[in-house]
Amino acid sequence: MKLEELRFGTELLKRGFASMQKGGVIMDVVNAEQARIAEDAGAVAVMALERVPADIRKAGGVARMADPAIILEIMDAVSIPVMAKVRIGHFVEAQILESLGVDMIDESEVLTPADEEYHIDKKAFSVPFVCGARDLGEALRRIHEGAAMIRTKGEAGTGNVVEAVRHMRNIMGEIRALQGKTPQEITSRARELEAPPDLLLETVKMGRLPVVNFSAGGIATPADAALMMQMGADGVFVGSGIFHSGNPEKMARAIVEAVNHYDDPKVIAEVSKGLGQPMKGIDVHTLREDEVLQYRGR
Amino acid sequence: MGVRLGVLALQGDVSEHIQGFERALRVMGEADGAVIPVRKPRDLEGLHGLAIPGGESTTISRLIGKNGLFEPIAGFDGGIFATCAGMVLVADRVDDPRVRTLGLIDMAVQRNAFGRQRESFEADIEVRGLERPYHAYFIRAPVAREVGNSVEVLAEIPAGIVAVRKGQHMALSFHPELGGDPRIHVMFLEHLFTGK
Repeated sequence: MKLEELRFGTELLKRGFASMQKGGVIMDVVNAEQARIAEDAGAVAVMALERVPADIRKAGGVARMADPAIILEIMDAVSIPVMAKVRIGHFVEAQILESLGVDMIDESEVLTPADEEYHIDKKAFSVPFVCGARDLGEALRRIHEGAAMIRTKGEAGTGNVVEAVRHMRNIMGEIRALQGKTPQEITSRARELEAPPDLLLETVKMGRLPVVNFSAGGIATPADAALMMQMGADGVFVGSGIFHSGNPEKMARAIVEAVNHYDDPKVIAEVSKGLGQPMKGIDVHTLREDEVLQYRGR
Repeated sequence: MGVRLGVLALQGDVSEHIQGFERALRVMGEADGAVIPVRKPRDLEGLHGLAIPGGESTTISRLIGKNGLFEPIAGFDGGIFATCAGMVLVADRVDDPRVRTLGLIDMAVQRNAFGRQRESFEADIEVRGLERPYHAYFIRAPVAREVGNSVEVLAEIPAGIVAVRKGQHMALSFHPELGGDPRIHVMFLEHLFTGK
């Protein structure tokens, strides 16, 4: 092996990293202790944050990248991958996270966008990115920019799965609807979706997104997590749902098992027993338009 | 009846491993071979080989226990094809008490031996038994530090041992299921067929 021929940060290494997360649960944590609870419960990765989305909603104001000291404390506490969020378009926050050695960056609508025109040029980074999407066009635009993983946006911090379901159905339904169409028809649809035609052709041929597709935004119970898996998610992000529940340790374990046995209702019933109070949750229809996070960054 | 192969389907890059085995079977002209996902102990019945995929070893270890698969895999009488997290799980010793290893290959393994994702890399490496170098993808990869006398080292780089064989079992730090090159899979299957 010639050391000078080692290659880092390639497209395959980024997408490969995301593939290793499949079938897993990625949990939001705000300190080392929560990170250890998540790891012991079987999380495949943790998302290091200053506040979980439900608390970001409550706090209001501008939500930014977390304090690097908190991220480093969490990186030291666990051996599983650590992800962290940057504002949409804020490539300097991304450069900072890359320099810290974060394993994946989430360019996230949960934080206040820094650029309302452009997302980060993710191909310029060697660290992989995950981005939110509400429909197939949005997902393919993010992949075109270099995202190695997609997560449906849902509506973060609500504990209400309805938007996650809508977005997963949008993406999977659109891919199903395009099966059997001619290349011309698919290219024409790409224009309507504002998606790169080559990526749409590849997606239709594969019958799925060309990168790993997780579900996020409102998953609060083991049943919610299994629902998203049955709808075609490769795995789930759980934010406020764990550490805002009555018994975080038990909830974390239960969601990991529900994802593992997503098609076995008996197991999901068993792990759902006596979990205590799940997070209270918000009816999405009561939110003002400026409180809806999913509209950020399209 | 053709060869029957399984892929441990608890967490990780399971579909890539299924495709990797299928590709190798096609290359070898084994049209009647079959590849199935393994989630329960009874799925192991009648299998000649089992892949343990890449993923998070702490997660997969926990799920092996929860699904009652520890004893059945530790006592599996076919060949095991373990990559990355799989290599950690089949080892005898590992530097993390949370991972309960299967003890199938006499070696000490270090998790995340290269560091974090930014240290993940791809490179051409020499593999014993292959004529040309193999392009290998190392993603938050482990390495083997010490191996027992009964373990054959197939590849070693400056950071440590990255491919080993013991009897019908193979364990690799890298991910042959991610690239399109089937030679490592073919090597594993040829060993299974000759029954060594």
